[in-house]
Amino acid sequence: MQAGSLLARHLGCRRGDRWLFNGVDIALASGEALHLAAPNGAGKSSLMRILAGLLPASTLDGPLPQIEWTGAVGLLDERHGLDMGQPLGEALAFWARLDGPVPQDALAALGLTPLLDVPVRYLSTGQKKRAALARLIGQNAPNWLLDEPLNGLDVDACALVEDIIYEHCAAGGTCIIASHQPLSLPDLRRMDLAEYAL
Amino acid sequence: MSRALWAILRRDVLLLLRGGASGGGTMLPILFFLAVAVIFPFAVGPDPKLLARVGGGVIWVAALLAAILPLDRLVEPDREAGLFDQWALRGIAEEWVIAIRMTAHWLSFAPALMLAALPAAGLLGLDGRLTGLIELGLLAGTPGLAAVGVMVAAMTAGLKGGAALAGLLVIPLCVPILIFGAGALAIGGESGLALTAAASLVLLALTPFAGAAALRAGR
Repeated sequence: MQAGSLLARHLGCRRGDRWLFNGVDIALASGEALHLAAPNGAGKSSLMRILAGLLPASTLDGPLPQIEWTGAVGLLDERHGLDMGQPLGEALAFWARLDGPVPQDALAALGLTPLLDVPVRYLSTGQKKRAALARLIGQNAPNWLLDEPLNGLDVDACALVEDIIYEHCAAGGTCIIASHQPLSLPDLRRMDLAEYAL
Repeated sequence: MSRALWAILRRDVLLLLRGGASGGGTMLPILFFLAVAVIFPFAVGPDPKLLARVGGGVIWVAALLAAILPLDRLVEPDREAGLFDQWALRGIAEEWVIAIRMTAHWLSFAPALMLAALPAAGLLGLDGRLTGLIELGLLAGTPGLAAVGVMVAAMTAGLKGGAALAGLLVIPLCVPILIFGAGALAIGGESGLALTAAASLVLLALTPFAGAAALRAGR
């Protein structure tokens, strides 16, 4: 995996007539992780989608928004990106054709190996989350955007996600985690989006 | 890049043929199409002259209705599951994604529909020349029907009651294809077929851009 980095400046977000935040600057070097915290409705998910390039960034006044990534970007949000009607194995195999396969040990660590024959729509919320994580790992992107990655996961799986994030950053990746829950990761930076609210 | 596009096309075709999570697949619209052809003579009576005159139009209307059936699973399930987001993250343009979806939709219903049109024409007592014209017309018109279907499905994805609205929106957009396609039967000439194909081509060219804009606006 190549090293990742992010330089984002002057990001603002408007939903309808309402400004959620403005003037957000984020700089992440290879190996760094950022915990994005904010109360509900502050625009965490919107910021993640802006950073992913799925929503346009706006700015209230001043310089134009700017987002520069080094390397590909992977996104994990409440939409798992897997075909509901397919067995999990086939749904992951589709992404493997695009991105490359998910390593077997990652599948085993996430507890997905016995579920490969089960259609995705029968998986529980937590199992779908873990399946989406497997997809993200298979993508092999150096930059991760994780929107509420711990939602629906049990205590063991939460610890596992923290390990996965740690290893990803140790390999030179970057990671932004939007989460209500506390994360125990070394050198985790923290940003409160509420400070940028309008 | 092209490897990714092939992988998406393969997936789309298989999924539309099998019907995905919501079931259905290709069989349902085709059986519906045949059912319309079967019940029509019950409704208007078995007069062979009458059936021969209106039978071609009936097949066209039935084909249009059959093309509307799978609309709600053309775009919405993948939007809901976040697949369009994931493709965008990998730098695959929405225009490509919609063009592929359009191709897959055509592949999943048009060949089967043209095959089913043969027994339907037999049931309505149409002669060989008319059946040939219907087949040629369907070949020219179904790409346009597929294009309109995908475009409208992309526009209504995520809306409450989107499926019903999509059905309503598709019908007026398909009117040119229906007029020229069914009209070719009445005048028995190639000009109608050519205009059907022209209407199809316009829709085919428009849909990737309109559909992609709809996907982006719906984020």
